[in-house]
Amino acid sequence: MIKVQKNDFDVNLEIKNITSLNKNIGGTSLFIGNVRKDNNSNLKSMTLEHYPIMTEKQLEKINNEAKNRWNLIDSLIIHRYGKLYPGDQIVLVATFSKHRTDALNACEFLIDWLKTKAPFWKLEESNAGSNWVKEKRSDLDAVNKW
Amino acid sequence: MQIKYFSWVKDQIGLESENITITEKINSVNDLINHLKNKNEQYEKAFEDISVIRCAVNMEVTNLDKKISDNDEIAFFPPMTGG
Repeated sequence: MIKVQKNDFDVNLEIKNITSLNKNIGGTSLFIGNVRKDNNSNLKSMTLEHYPIMTEKQLEKINNEAKNRWNLIDSLIIHRYGKLYPGDQIVLVATFSKHRTDALNACEFLIDWLKTKAPFWKLEESNAGSNWVKEKRSDLDAVNKW
Repeated sequence: MQIKYFSWVKDQIGLESENITITEKINSVNDLINHLKNKNEQYEKAFEDISVIRCAVNMEVTNLDKKISDNDEIAFFPPMTGG
């Protein structure tokens, strides 16, 4: 399932909604991304812009790709947009399988993919002004390994 | 043709979206970029360094030599930073 939303999410509730319906799930792998404020940073907030409809379409596509590559019982991607603050949750990737390897690998694949191929853009805001976050070489390398 | 702009491309151009009528001269995304660059300095600056511009045609990321037509939705944006 794909959810692109402004509101925060409750990880426990989201996971239980799926595990309670599928008693054959043996392992769940989770990735939760938060707005990070480094110790020497003056970050106040981060605004996530996205391309509505394209975001959902691209997330659906990659979610299906993960289901083709690994033996998943279910998978869930929640990605927030709008103005967020340090510590806030940005993204949840959860993958559910009978055995751990499928869930672990699919989860890593999905978050690696999201970093460079989901149509989101991050604007960091501080007292000094605002600037758009640039693509990272390490994120490109991470997605290329799949 | 509807054109959408995101992130700093939108800031630089000063528009979220616009409609333009295609002329015979615009066959590809590259042609469209050249057409837009001639509009004014803001567009010229936004498309100054094509290596940092990404494009989607009908919500699929594509190369700049992709053929386009009047019914297409084109979007320009910098590299994506999700997750």
